[in-house]
Amino acid sequence: MRGRRPLISLTTKKKDEPTLIHRLGLAARTVIAGQATGTPVGSQEILVHGTAAVCDPLGGLYLPETQTLVVSDLHLEKGAAFARRGMMLPPYDTIATLNILNAVIARYEPKLVVSLGDNFHDRSGSEHLPADLRKMIADMARGRDWIWINGNHDPDGTTDLPGISSDELVYGGLVFRHEPSLISAKGEIAGHLHPAATVRRREKSVRRPCFASDGHRLLMPAFGVLTGGLDIRHRAMHGLFKQETLVAHLLGRDRIYSVRYGSLMG
Amino acid sequence: MRVDLVETKPSGNQAATLPTPFLKWFGEKGWQPRAHQLELLGRAQAGENMLLIAPTGAGKTLAGFLPSLTDLVARGKIPPGSAFTGIHTLYISPLKALTVDIERNLMKPVTEMGLAVTVENRTGDTPQSKRQRQKLTPPDILLTTPEQVALLLANKEAARFFKDLKYVVLDELHSLVTSKRGHLLSLGLARLRKHAPKMQTMGLSATVADPMDLQRWLAPQGTLQAPPAGLVHVTGGAAPDITILGTETRIPWSGHVSTYAIPEVYEEIKRHKTTLIFVNTRFQAELLFQSLWTINEDNLPIALHHGSLDASQRRKVEAAMADNRLRAVVATSTLDMGIDWGDVDLVVHVGAPKGASRLAQRIGRANHRMDEPSKAILVPANRFEVMECQAALDANYLGAQDTAPVGEGALDVLAQHVLGMACAEPFDPVELYDEITSASPYAGLSWEMFERIVDFVATGGYALRSYERYAKIRKQEDGRWRVSNPQIAQQYRMNLGTIVEAAELNVRLVKRNAKGTLGRGGMSLGKVEEYFLEQLVQGDTFLFAGKVLRFEGIRENECLVSNAFSLDPKIPAYAGGKFPLTTYLADQVRAMLADPDRRVSLPDQVRDWLSIQLERSMLPKQDELLIETFPRGKRFFLIAYCFEGRLAHQTLGMLLTRRLERLSARPLGFVATDYSLAIWGLEDIGAMIADGSLNLSDLFDEDMLGDDLEAWLDESYMLKRTFRNCAVISGLIERRHPGKEKTGRQVTVSTDLVYDVLRSHEPDHILLEATRRDAASGLLDIGRLGDMLKRIRGHIIHRPLDRVSPLAVPIMLEIGKEPVPGEAQDAVLQEAADELIAEAMG
Repeated sequence: MRGRRPLISLTTKKKDEPTLIHRLGLAARTVIAGQATGTPVGSQEILVHGTAAVCDPLGGLYLPETQTLVVSDLHLEKGAAFARRGMMLPPYDTIATLNILNAVIARYEPKLVVSLGDNFHDRSGSEHLPADLRKMIADMARGRDWIWINGNHDPDGTTDLPGISSDELVYGGLVFRHEPSLISAKGEIAGHLHPAATVRRREKSVRRPCFASDGHRLLMPAFGVLTGGLDIRHRAMHGLFKQETLVAHLLGRDRIYSVRYGSLMG
Repeated sequence: MRVDLVETKPSGNQAATLPTPFLKWFGEKGWQPRAHQLELLGRAQAGENMLLIAPTGAGKTLAGFLPSLTDLVARGKIPPGSAFTGIHTLYISPLKALTVDIERNLMKPVTEMGLAVTVENRTGDTPQSKRQRQKLTPPDILLTTPEQVALLLANKEAARFFKDLKYVVLDELHSLVTSKRGHLLSLGLARLRKHAPKMQTMGLSATVADPMDLQRWLAPQGTLQAPPAGLVHVTGGAAPDITILGTETRIPWSGHVSTYAIPEVYEEIKRHKTTLIFVNTRFQAELLFQSLWTINEDNLPIALHHGSLDASQRRKVEAAMADNRLRAVVATSTLDMGIDWGDVDLVVHVGAPKGASRLAQRIGRANHRMDEPSKAILVPANRFEVMECQAALDANYLGAQDTAPVGEGALDVLAQHVLGMACAEPFDPVELYDEITSASPYAGLSWEMFERIVDFVATGGYALRSYERYAKIRKQEDGRWRVSNPQIAQQYRMNLGTIVEAAELNVRLVKRNAKGTLGRGGMSLGKVEEYFLEQLVQGDTFLFAGKVLRFEGIRENECLVSNAFSLDPKIPAYAGGKFPLTTYLADQVRAMLADPDRRVSLPDQVRDWLSIQLERSMLPKQDELLIETFPRGKRFFLIAYCFEGRLAHQTLGMLLTRRLERLSARPLGFVATDYSLAIWGLEDIGAMIADGSLNLSDLFDEDMLGDDLEAWLDESYMLKRTFRNCAVISGLIERRHPGKEKTGRQVTVSTDLVYDVLRSHEPDHILLEATRRDAASGLLDIGRLGDMLKRIRGHIIHRPLDRVSPLAVPIMLEIGKEPVPGEAQDAVLQEAADELIAEAMG
């Protein structure tokens, strides 16, 4: 790497790091969300196709040049979708996901929010969304633009929600779509695959959702609280990235950990 | 003291006489019906539910079936064209293989006596056509498993099928009752009694600590209460010949694998016809098997048997065993029970048996003739285990038992059962409540809790009542509950059962061809946990199915491996199958430490070790808790010798580190074994105790089981594991969904994520309560920890030392071998991220 500009610059502010968070997953994200003050603590700034992008440990991507916040795979109303099939998952996943989204919006105050598909877990999700949650989204969207990219779970767009639906968005030198395309990698921000990475150091291994980017394309981690992850070594990810420059930006307890693909397994 | 065969003398009026064909048959064989067989028959004929406790080889199975067979002979053949007759006798065993074995053993006397009795088995392997036929024309005796009973009971035809039921024979009852399978079965029995009120139970069991537990289990409780089942207890048999392996080699300080003793074990195999080698975990089994083969110069047929191996591989080993083609089998608890294994003349137990009753069971596997002594050798893996083996051996001669109590019925199982009952026919809640509380594990169930379970089954039982329109069961106008649609019943049938397996992938052995690409096909070796495989990269080697394998990758839902030629495999860190030390043995080991007379019987090496301990520090009295503190390197250590088993120690370790953190002792970590707990930190804990800034009685106060426990539970990954089981068993999450049977991942949503959501939004939800109850007795062993904290109050002895004591060496050697707990995970990430920064900045 000598002689080249460092790819990575950390924006971690050590003194401001929250110390109360002892747990990962939803609760940790909720606690961090509660402490949000507008300072992007523990986030990681990178370049995607020449555009600056901030990976936030809450799972959102902020693009400062266009003041755009990107989130992907919210899978809202997943609990209800399962309940319709006889599995009574807790009916609290939507409010939990929206609380975190609210916090990340408060942190960056974006002009535009792009939700990158699989916004709802199934087609009837947005139609049956309870009124209080509908209002919550309306409040969040007030004073800013909102674009719902259609996903494979919700190809028909949303019902009675602010913002517009679209299959794709081209904006600020980047392309936003739900499923990564196999042809045009340059400047593509996509979701769908729920990337996660496993880090192994001496017999110990830890797995986390991550942003995955080789500098040309970026895959978003899934944002919904009931969404799982797919390892970036999985076959479904093959051919999407240049492995030599691929870096996984893992969502840590209170910051992003960036690890080069080749050194994930130690 | 166990002496010669002693049988309870039947009192004259209870002993039955056998019908002629039976007497003739016994006579032709040159046999005598045994006293306990006649007593059981007589009391059964008088209408009692019965429990028969007898050692292996006492003719237990035949005894259990005599009441049925004699009754069926009296009934005679059913003339063709008669009205539908349901089954007469249900035989329930925990093992599929056992039902097949019993069918063979039972058919022999039935055919030889020419009895007009039909016998069939029904398990998960029985073809659909045969099952259908069994429903139309049931056999007289049906041999089956608890899961099949639940399935039959959830059927609309259940009442008709079971209306003529007279006897239920329950085999290996001791192993069934303490598990969730036992809970489900107890509810099934309650329902069977509704269909056939005069039905009688015949329990067959190995020796247990509290027979009355089982006697109550076999009889209805609550409003339908009947007297506990009658007991016939056959004691004795020849006293087993047990020794602890004597060795010239140094016994290791720590570890679990006894590799030091392999040559001696091999010599014993050579000296005997067939040796059964028991270990406690699959990991030990793999390692021991491999070590034996590296010195197997005579090429003796030695096999491996554990639960993760492919079923066809296991069947092969079992068949070879039955034909006496093997000289030794290395096995885990999969061979603890039942089936007849040919001529085993030696049992070797590698590692301490962890429980006195478990040892007795396993020794009973050698030599199925009751009047000849079984021969067994114990091979302790480390010095503490020497004491534990000695304690288990003493217990065996005393006939002491330490089986677990039956315990309270699990709520997740109850939820599954309630749905099953709605699938059978609409239920009246009050009637069902009475029926359920007649099962002894659920005798204490409150009406309020029952209602919450019904609500949970219907809509998930959430405070936010948003799923009413998706309800699985609904209340009709007549007050009865019915399933909402037929698909619910189908889903129930597909997901029934209480055994939840970790997500596992099939392991397939493939070959590399000349070009180095992987072939397709190849032998299936068994299943390995997904979390373990995820840590592997191509080229990593591990030990499985007795082979060193090279990890090649994951294709679809299979893990592909090739033969490796490395001798230094990375070994599977199997989580399952580790038993914690029982309270009884722990007590005995403490007594041994405290009593110089009892230490005399220990090997020299162990005695020397203890006498140096006595010089350098001390040996605690039986009711005392010894705490040692000493510095080592840049750390300060606290060792607590609790002897309460690994699970309770782990929980204690988590709670103590929290407390020490608050007291600014800056703890860094802890490690737990069956015998002790070690905590280390940056502050001099010994000095803190000396200057009064840390008070040991306060540190070990029972109040840690209050808030500290609550706070820790939030974070515990063990609780998440327990939750996963509850979520699956209770039907919150399905293992299989209609039309999606073949997709590999069994659970469709991460239960860890569901747990987090539920925990933060409805912490008193019934499923979390069920999880906490399970954890208290299971993985966290909170009950046992609580008892210990009570016991040691006012009996804590502190020894400040300037260096590590002999007794502390075993646990100090364990440090660093434990996996990362949740808290330390970010440290691993940090390390990886730092490398990147160094690279980028360098």
